Amino acid sequence: MRAGFSRFARNRLALVGAGLLLCLVLLVVLSPLLYPGDPFRLAGPALRPPGGAFLLGTDTLGRDVAAEVAYGARTSLLIGIGATLGAIVFGVIVGGLAGFYRGAVEVALMRLTEFFQTIPAFILAILIVAILSPSVTNEVIAIAAVSWPGIARLVRGEFVALGGREFVLACSGLGAGDARIIFRHLLPNCLSQIIAVGSLLIGTSILIEAGLAFLGLGDPNVMSWGLIISAGRAVLRSAWWICTFPGIAILLTVLGINLTGDGLNEALNPRLRDR
Amino acid sequence: MRLARYVGYRLLLAVPVILGIVVLNFFLIHLAPGDAASVLAGESGAATPEYMALLRHKFGLDQPMSTQFFVYLLNMAHLDLGYSFRNDSPVAALILDRLWPTALLMLTAFASALVIGTGLGLVAATGRNSWRDNVISLVSLVAYATPGFWLGLMMIVVFAIRLEWLPTSGFDTVGAYNEGWAEVVDVARHLVMPAVALALFYLALYARVMRASVLEQTGMDYVTTARAKGQTERRVMTGHVLRNALLPIVTMAGVQAGNLIGGSIVVETVFGWPGIGTLAFNALQSRDLNLLLGIFFVSACLVVLINLVVDLVYVTLDPRIEI
Repeated sequence: MRAGFSRFARNRLALVGAGLLLCLVLLVVLSPLLYPGDPFRLAGPALRPPGGAFLLGTDTLGRDVAAEVAYGARTSLLIGIGATLGAIVFGVIVGGLAGFYRGAVEVALMRLTEFFQTIPAFILAILIVAILSPSVTNEVIAIAAVSWPGIARLVRGEFVALGGREFVLACSGLGAGDARIIFRHLLPNCLSQIIAVGSLLIGTSILIEAGLAFLGLGDPNVMSWGLIISAGRAVLRSAWWICTFPGIAILLTVLGINLTGDGLNEALNPRLRDR
Repeated sequence: MRLARYVGYRLLLAVPVILGIVVLNFFLIHLAPGDAASVLAGESGAATPEYMALLRHKFGLDQPMSTQFFVYLLNMAHLDLGYSFRNDSPVAALILDRLWPTALLMLTAFASALVIGTGLGLVAATGRNSWRDNVISLVSLVAYATPGFWLGLMMIVVFAIRLEWLPTSGFDTVGAYNEGWAEVVDVARHLVMPAVALALFYLALYARVMRASVLEQTGMDYVTTARAKGQTERRVMTGHVLRNALLPIVTMAGVQAGNLIGGSIVVETVFGWPGIGTLAFNALQSRDLNLLLGIFFVSACLVVLINLVVDLVYVTLDPRIEI
């Protein structure tokens, strides 16, 4: 792990990514200080261009776009991380069971995984949110429900590879139970890979969330970047700034996550190390 | 003949997947809180009581769950995707009407992403760590993080509103009644921005995959042998490396087929492109869930079909695979 850290620190792009994420976290932490009060609050005249009292302008209702973007960061991160954690839990369960018990269990679970990898993920996410009604929780559920297959395949592969290794065979020879082998030996040994792949999933989840919110499936009571863009679209001709800035925020966030994730992958994934 | 057998075998493998989609659709209908009939009719109370009664009867909603599933399966087997009360038209007909614009958009975006992406990846890999490589890698990193719908909106601001080079939305100029080449040019002008907005992410993806794939292949023994035989660098690339390096791209194209359809929903919505995506957006607006389920079913079947084509391309490219 320490060797991985120094490898990460030598990767310039990864450091840029980590820097971007640090800015984002600062924005989330400082937004209540920078923009006290509700971001839905009407702060001034409508459709004011960027500059002056409103750094990024105001929207159709006179809300401060800068405040909206700052509070949107919280939602994007919350949904991105929440959905990724959900996907990891489900993917680890499916992939772990398949990789540990093998046989018919493996065949059935891997067919299920392939099935979910084939069908159009975004449309399924749209359907789930539309049916369950738009809210932060349901967005998390929908995104997690379509993003777990990658994790499941990774965990299954690692479990199969580790299962044949001597230290695992020795353990089961000594009479350790299944749960002990899985949680003490197998899972900790593929944790770094799960972290590396999972970090990239956060970026994908944020992009899916933005798409859902843009289509009107975002939580209407919680400020999010996709929601701002979706509302600003109607006045694109006269007020370009409403759509522009939240989009830049999405771009920089996902870029930061991808650079950091690539760096983590290189640092933690032994198979990529010597490239 | 062996190819025909292989196609038959792959079609057979597709049956459980399609069945799975039907099961998933059925599950989704019953996931909704409340009466399944209200889900199928759209929830805004627009449907008449007679229509609701008809739905209940047709889907056997007063029957036990197993009968309901059987009825649903039977309907789907007849390609009866139900009726859209909002559009006053069968769902299957609505989707079929919109298939052509979506296919045009997806094929244009996919083909340009494939050609330009692999080209850029090749250029980047052959000049590893040169300025060209750095520029291509940087651009693809940024493109990889850009939401397609936002890119579309920004292009509208710049190229349609400010510069007035391209039309903002639609499939062709309304009321122009162009014919022949004039119509082709008109549609192409409308197609440019949606295709770029949809393609850019995949262009970046293919460039990244191609770069890594070419670099991996050039390290192989057969490349050293080819060079030792005195072949030119160009010949080594086109004759030996390219075909092998393309294999991961073909795999990736199959994996991404479903995402391409998903991406076209938001992009079509941005540009008012009259395809399945805009249909899905309108279905969302009017809460016409049955239409949405039909779109999901058709696009999932489309993905299965695309994957079959991808597999066929794969076996043609790589004769080592026994079929």
